Amino acid sequence: MAYALQQLINGISLGMIYGLIAVGYTMVYGIIGMINFAHGDVFMIGAFIALITVLLLQLGGMMDGPAAILLVLLVSMAFTALYGWSVERVAYRPLRGSFRLAPLISAIGISIVLQNYVQVSQGARVKPIGTLVPGGVEVMRDGPFVVQFSYIQMLIIAVTLGVLAVFTILVTRTPLGRAMRACEQDSKMASLLGIDTDRTISLTFVIGAALAAVAGTLYMIRYGVIDFYIGFLAGVKAFTAAVLGGIGSLPGAVLGGLLIGLIETFWSAYFSAQYKDVAAFSILVVTLIFLPTGLLGRQEVEKV
Amino acid sequence: MSPALLEVDRVSAGYGAVQALNEVSLHVQPGEIVTLIGANGAGKSTLLMTICGQPKPRSGRISLAGADITGQPTHAIMRRGVAQSPEGRRIFPRMTVRENLLMGAEALTKDEPGPQMEQAFALFPRLKERLWQRGGTLSGGEQQMLAIGRALMSKPKLLLLDEPSLGLAPLVVKQIFDAIRRLNAETGLTVLLVEQNANQALRLAHRGYVLVNGRITMEGPGRALLARPEIRDAYLGGGHG
Repeated sequence: MAYALQQLINGISLGMIYGLIAVGYTMVYGIIGMINFAHGDVFMIGAFIALITVLLLQLGGMMDGPAAILLVLLVSMAFTALYGWSVERVAYRPLRGSFRLAPLISAIGISIVLQNYVQVSQGARVKPIGTLVPGGVEVMRDGPFVVQFSYIQMLIIAVTLGVLAVFTILVTRTPLGRAMRACEQDSKMASLLGIDTDRTISLTFVIGAALAAVAGTLYMIRYGVIDFYIGFLAGVKAFTAAVLGGIGSLPGAVLGGLLIGLIETFWSAYFSAQYKDVAAFSILVVTLIFLPTGLLGRQEVEKV
Repeated sequence: MSPALLEVDRVSAGYGAVQALNEVSLHVQPGEIVTLIGANGAGKSTLLMTICGQPKPRSGRISLAGADITGQPTHAIMRRGVAQSPEGRRIFPRMTVRENLLMGAEALTKDEPGPQMEQAFALFPRLKERLWQRGGTLSGGEQQMLAIGRALMSKPKLLLLDEPSLGLAPLVVKQIFDAIRRLNAETGLTVLLVEQNANQALRLAHRGYVLVNGRITMEGPGRALLARPEIRDAYLGGGHG
């Protein structure tokens, strides 16, 4: 019981990170119908910018307290958003209107470019960093087994919920959000209604990258080790989460992320940690066989 | 002659290797209803979309109230007071009728959308009944009413209508044409109407143009065109009548 509770806490906090990345996949898919395969690497960039910011703050002796963490988060979001914007501008916008596979191939290229760029500029070795947020709360005790809810896990859950709340308001209540939904449903019509679709698409990439930066920062603080390759597996998992939840659906992306996080954690806890990825992807395959549009994907037929 | 609200001057345009418009010239004066008739594939919809900047003209010049808009991006052109109810209506399927209407005002005007919405309800009371229904669940006629209502939300100076009668029952077509007539008479709205339904369109319009294979072949007052035998043979003989 206590063991399961611990896994639940671990699974949710991991799932939140996947969910944050998955939102970026699903948003871009919704608005321009392409899978941005470089998104996992944008997450990795976010983690690196956070790491660099932490190191700079530590040099200045200012790396302590929640304010420092918040600063790291904001710096990472700002710079990663710039990366997201540039990637769209350089690699996807010139290909708009060409055949469907072109931006996809370009995305794979950008993924390789970002990995190599970080590998060359930062070195290939893993980058360890000390514990930034130590300690936690003892939730319950079952004999020798202590259920810990660490502060970093609380931070992950709180920050993710906060960011997702702001993001939900942005999409549902603001002119930008309405423009995004209009572009998602019919971008040609949106332009006929005076919406600058190129700008809307740019901002979608900026927001997606900022969310990935939050995920990258939290990942870096939680695991304390990053390298240039972390974007690949995290990206594939988050993509799986987006598909599982129903690609194009924002709540679906978060739900999918949570499920992948939980499946992976429980599988490692009760069966074998080596096969956790196999478990996560098998569930995806099964879901796609029986629910091809994912859990919250659209199934209704629309009149045209 | 007062300056034209819309002036299309020897415009050629097309998609890819296809040249859909060949040196097309037409003008629309303020307060006019002008119709453009022609067979399927003549380039009518392409012309309306070219006016809106998609595709951009390959040659020629388009101006709006004297200002050159050739080659400007679509959103910038629409912000100058143009609205379109496009081919296929393009209702946002997962937005309610109300949200669809609001999108019509969203980026184009800073005015409160309330009065314009009332105007849309006055023209098409059905929209008010369907206010909270999703666009994708409306009937064809209701979608057409919504497309026109949405286009009016920005208080445009020039309304472009692409085949509003397509696929609709005669009674609904009459309702929509009556609404266009009323808008023009009561508010002085300028309309460029593209139609295959030449009979009704020419009766409604002050002037008309005939487009054949991307070229303007005839122009004149609506009733005068209607009386021409070649028009009667080509566009009023068969199925539409």
